[in-house]
This record gives sequence, structure tokens and C-alpha cells, in this order.
Amino acid sequence: MSDSTAIAQTPHGTHEHPPYQRHHFESMDQQVDATGFAMWLFLLTEIMFFGGLFTAYLIYRNWYFPAFVAGSHQLNIFWGSLNTLVLISSSFTMAMGVWCAEMRKQGALVLCLVLTFILGIGFLGIKTIEYKEKFEKHHVPGLHFSVKSFVDPASDPDIAQYHDKPLRLDMARHTELYFFLYFAMTGMHALHMIIGIGILGFMIFRARAGAYTTGHITFVENFGLYWHFVDIIWIFLFPLLYLISRHG
Amino acid sequence: MSSTIVSLPDQSTARIPKTNFITKENGLLSWLLTSDHKRIAILYLISITFFFFIGGAMAGLIRLELLTPQSDLMATDTYNKVFTMHGVIMIFLFLVPSVPATLGNFLIPLMLGAKDLALPKVNLLSWYLYVVGGIMVLYTMVSGGVDTGWTFTTPLSTHYLNTNVISTGLAIFVAGFSSIFTGLNFIVTIHKMRAPGMTWFRMPLFVWAHYAASILMVLGTPVLAIAIVLVLLERTVGIGVFDPTKGGDPLLFQHLFWFYSHPAVYIMILPGMGVISEVISTFSRKRVFGYTAVAFSSVAIAVFGFFVWEHHMFIMGVSNYSMLVFSLLTMLVAVPSAIKIFNWTFTLYKGSITFETPMLYAFGFMGLFTIGGLTGVFLASSGTDIHLTETYFIVAHFHFVMVGGMLMAFLSGIHFWWPKITGRMYPEKISQLAALITFIGFNFTFFPQFILGTLGMPRRYAAYPPEFQILNVFSTAGATILGVGYLLPILYLTWSLKYGEIAGNNPWQATGLEWQIQSPPLTENFIEIPIMDHDAYDYEWLERQNQKEKEVTSVG
Repeated sequence: MSDSTAIAQTPHGTHEHPPYQRHHFESMDQQVDATGFAMWLFLLTEIMFFGGLFTAYLIYRNWYFPAFVAGSHQLNIFWGSLNTLVLISSSFTMAMGVWCAEMRKQGALVLCLVLTFILGIGFLGIKTIEYKEKFEKHHVPGLHFSVKSFVDPASDPDIAQYHDKPLRLDMARHTELYFFLYFAMTGMHALHMIIGIGILGFMIFRARAGAYTTGHITFVENFGLYWHFVDIIWIFLFPLLYLISRHG
Repeated sequence: MSSTIVSLPDQSTARIPKTNFITKENGLLSWLLTSDHKRIAILYLISITFFFFIGGAMAGLIRLELLTPQSDLMATDTYNKVFTMHGVIMIFLFLVPSVPATLGNFLIPLMLGAKDLALPKVNLLSWYLYVVGGIMVLYTMVSGGVDTGWTFTTPLSTHYLNTNVISTGLAIFVAGFSSIFTGLNFIVTIHKMRAPGMTWFRMPLFVWAHYAASILMVLGTPVLAIAIVLVLLERTVGIGVFDPTKGGDPLLFQHLFWFYSHPAVYIMILPGMGVISEVISTFSRKRVFGYTAVAFSSVAIAVFGFFVWEHHMFIMGVSNYSMLVFSLLTMLVAVPSAIKIFNWTFTLYKGSITFETPMLYAFGFMGLFTIGGLTGVFLASSGTDIHLTETYFIVAHFHFVMVGGMLMAFLSGIHFWWPKITGRMYPEKISQLAALITFIGFNFTFFPQFILGTLGMPRRYAAYPPEFQILNVFSTAGATILGVGYLLPILYLTWSLKYGEIAGNNPWQATGLEWQIQSPPLTENFIEIPIMDHDAYDYEWLERQNQKEKEVTSVG
């Protein structure tokens, strides 16, 4: 039938496509445009996902402000700041990585990805140190949670510098909610980091084989967007969780 | 019903095109690993039909139990599980993906003049996620079920039940991502993959409706995901964010849950409205009246839809002032919905109407959706809501919109595009009968429930006072008729796969780009990318096109 002859004539090689252009796109521009747009949309869904947690945080922080202040005093600002620095540096190396891919510098790209990888691991390492301290002090919600540091701050040498007043028991109990949100939000963030580090490992492998220095950098670029997004989430988490009592 | 527009090729010589997306490759793997949006649509169609019949069987059990006032067919606990599974399956595994994942998947690239969706692999991934979610729901069913109701109300779901909340929650989480990816794919495709000349206001209204629904999927579903994660964390490690004894607030769960689950009903209904726009226009041979208004009303429903969720919580102790605001906002949704109904009606006015099956279903939709929508206004006014909520009035309202509306639209669309998808016609007479049976059965089933609701029969109980029995008997009898109405299409549509008449490219003489190519289409849809040089629903353009073809053949 006419249709089958038409198929035979269907131009598949009439205009030159780069090998990495998918068959259903008319041009490379369209492909880059569409995948980039899709990535931004995906990040939008991620914002909505974290949005639920931020809403919960907003409400409970307003209700139980003293408990949230006391809870935030338990976090170590040194480790928190260091981690912020580590993460921002990793965003810088990632951005450099995208640039290297664009410039087709294979060696530099691998280096950037490895650095990003190491900094990501470093972030998780520091986070582990912080989590461990919470376990030791019974500040993990749902798991032998102890309000001792909040009803009797004098007993806890770590927070001596803040001169906190003891909280009444009913308010002190709500520090558990603070720690729940702390673990849920940083945990969800760490989960995104772990996924990101996993993909980074895969990318280092592929970059060494020269996969991203062919001029087709969509994957590196979109992963970069993801990595910066995870970074930005932390930029919001840090002041919200660590610096509650530090304003005005 | 004497006049029809069906224009079939000469059946003695007509053949299905030898090369098409179905025959291109063979074997199970060529389907399971496909990235062709049309094949994925068919995978979806098979899987959602499977779950529809499981959910439908549950509905049958519910109606059978309610035939008598006592709880005698099953224990009350079992009844709780049955209606929960009915809700979970029908909402998350049937209604949400019904039109978008099947017809939308199949048609959006065709309507836009594209070769595929923007992200074909993500499309396939979304089907696999759906299947994983579905299997988890089946696992839940065989391993003891869940009895929270599909709403997972805390603290019932977190503290008081020992059923499989966790596996159901995970199933919905996974199926939710399937829906996110579908929506994301549609938005990117509609933005970036339109053929030359296909401007926003030349797109078929089907595409506009899917665009609006996709916005809801992309923005709403992640919030449901986090709400479910919090419920699961509450159950597993007891973190307390919804637990009042720890200072948490169960209402927060309601806010998060309904922030998705109210827009979710628009995710379900909007694509159906898209189908109706196409069908009404085609079978009255007129451009949809007020095209722009209908297009924007879809977007308006999506936008308003995000600001009405609290009307599910009027009796849960929210403040009177917010009740006032949400009551008003909820009534606002009636405006764009009414715009649609009025515009479809005006499209019919002075049109050359014919009564093929899709049109019959579309008429069913218009009537039933109007009733469902207007009873929604009763429920939006907080005064009547306090009386009617948690009664069968809610059940009837919801089913008028979802079954009377969405399911009618789904069946309308399936019949309408069946010739395009399979290359063969469905048998017309029996399917008109099925449409009629569905309509009658539906009204018998659900209209009595409005009365039961106003009389005060609560939902979600296996037993009820004996004076409600007669109306319940009506309802159960209706459900039986409805069941026949749903079985028929399965039978004759399967039959038509082999024995249906050859449809040809454009049996309905419709104007969409999908009708200008062979049926079933080629894997890459178009031999060359079309250029859109006319508005949507331009029947004069089609006439000229047919004229041209005739001249070519007569000269040739």
C-alpha cells in the first residue's frame, strides 16, 4: 500500500543529525530546550515535596517557639557552618564541571566531578558526626527521647554559653517535634545527597570514557541543576534549624 | 438517529495499513521496552482496565452488602477493607491515570504534530511505576487489606489500625510518581514539541485540558507524597508530627492530604472535559463555541482548584473565618465549570447533530456532571455541608462527578478514538445500547443516594436503619444494570479488534491532526511533520482538504 512505500521514503538521513539527537526531536535545539525545561519542572515538584515539611516547620515553630529555640541550641553551629561551606564549594566544583564539559576538557571535568563527589561525601560525614551526638544525648525523637537538657539546662554543659532558662515540662516535650523536623528535613536532604552522589559516581565513570565531552552536555548540565537545588535546600535549612535565636 | 457522519472506506477493498505502530515490531519485549507513546498508552489501557474491574468488583460487594440493613454478607471489618480498596484502586489506579495516561498519551503528540512525547523513556518509566504501585496494592489486598478509607485520616491511620497502611501508603507514593512523570512529560511536550504553526490557540481543547490537569499533577502530587511519608514515619518510628499527645496536629495531615486530593479530582475530571470538547464539536460539525473561554476555563479550574481544599474539613474544627473564605472560593470553581457546560450547549445549538456512541456518552456526561457539579455547590456552603458531609450525599455527589462525569467521558473517548487506535470500528448499535444502559444504571445507582444522604444515612457503615432499605435496594439494582453497561464495551470492543469494520483515516470527518493520518498510525506518527495553517475545529478547511484529495484522485 501507499503507506508502506511512504515509510521507505521517510527521510531518516536527509539532514545530518548529531548521533546523540533522539529520533523524535526535530533539532538539537529543541532537544536541549525540552530536557532542560523538564529538569526545571522536576525541581519544581521537589520544591512542593519539601514544601510540606517547611509548612509543618512554620506552624510548629510558631506554636512552640521556646522549644524550637532550645532545640536549636543543641545543634553545633561550627559543624553546621562548615557543612554549608563544604556544600557551597561542591556547588562551585559542579558548576566548573559543567563549564569543563562545555569546553570539552575531559581531564578537568573528571577532576571537578571527583572533587564534587568528595565534598558530597564530606558533607554526609559531618552530618553523621552531628547525628551521632543526637543519639548519644537521647535527642532522637521516638527513640528514648529525653527532655533533660531542656527542663534542666544547667545539667548540659554543651549549652552553657546560651544561659537558657529551664522550660516547663509541657513546652520541653515539644522539643521532640523540633528534633523530628530536624531529622526529617535534614534526612530528606541527605537522601537527596546520597542519590546525587550515586549519580556522580556513575558520571565519573562515564566522563573518563569521554561521554560528556562530545558537545552533548545535557546530562551534566541537568545533574548540575539537581546538585545546586539540593544545595539551595540546605541554604534554607541551615538558618531555619541552626540559627533560630540569632536574629534581632 | 437516521443521519450519521460516518464515512468509512469501501469495505470490500479497505485494508488496515500493513505498516503501523502495532505491526512494526513483534514479541512481548518489543512492548515492554517500547518508548512509543502509542504502545505505552495501550499498556496503560490494559492495566487500568484490569484495575477498573477489580475496583468494580469491590463496588459490587459494597452494594451487595448494603442490600439489607444488617451486616450479613461480610463482617464489618471486611466491609471497611472492601470500601477502602475500592477507593484506593478506583482513584489512584483508575481515575487519575484513566484519560491522561491512555488517550492523552496516545493523542497529545498526534494532536500537536509531534513524533512522540518529549521524554519517551520517562513515559515508559511512569508505566512501570504504575505497575509497581498496582502490584503493591494487590499485595495489600491478599495480605489482609487496609481499612483506613482512601483518605488515611490521622490518627486513625497512624495509631489505631493494625492493617497494611504501610504497603498501601508506599503503593500510592510510587503510583504518585507515575502521575508526576506523566504530567511533567505533557507540560514539556505541549511547550516544546508543537508542530510549526501550532500556536497555543490552535491547539485542540483536549490538549488544553491536559495541560491544566498536568499542572495539578506536577504541583499537587509531591505534597501527597510528603504527607504519606510523614504518615509512614509516624507509624514506623512514631515521630509525632500528626500526634496530638506529642504536640503535633492531626489537622495538618488533612491540610497536606487535601492540598493534593482536592486538586486530584480536577486531575481526574479535566482530561474528561477535554474529551467532551472534541466529541461535541465533531458530532455537531461546529467549532467549539467560545474556544478561548473553554481553554482558559480549564486553566482557571486548575488555579482555583488549589485554593479550595479546606472545604473537606469544615466539620473538623477549622476557624469560621477560613470556612467563609474557602466556602466562597469553592463556589468560584462552579464558574469555569459552568462556562464549559454552557459553551458545549451553545456548540450544539444549530449544529448538525448526530448520535453516534461517543456523542451519547458525552450527553450523559453533560447532564450528570451538571448535577454532580451543582450538588458540589450545596456542599460548598458551610451550613448545608455540616448537615450533608459524611453522608451518602457526598458519596452520590462524588460519584456523579467521577463516574457520571469522568467514566462517561473516558468511555466516550475510548469509542471516539477506537478507530484511530485499532484501525477498526466498534459495532455501533450495541454500543449505543451500552451507553444507554450505563446512563440508566448510573442514575438508578446514585440518585437514590442523594435522598439517602439528605435523610442522614452515614457513609462507610456496613449496616443501616431498616427504613433506608428501599432506596438501597434501588441503588443495588442500579449497580447491577451499571455492571452490565461496563461489561458490554469490554466484550464488543475485544470482538471488534478482529471483526470490526475497517475504519479508514477519518471515519468521523473530524478536524484534528490525528485524523489526517492513517489508522492505526505509524510509529513516528507523521511521514513529514505537518504545518498547522488553520484553527482547531475548522470544518471548512477539512471540506477543502477533501475536495483537493478528490481532484487529485480523479485527475490521477
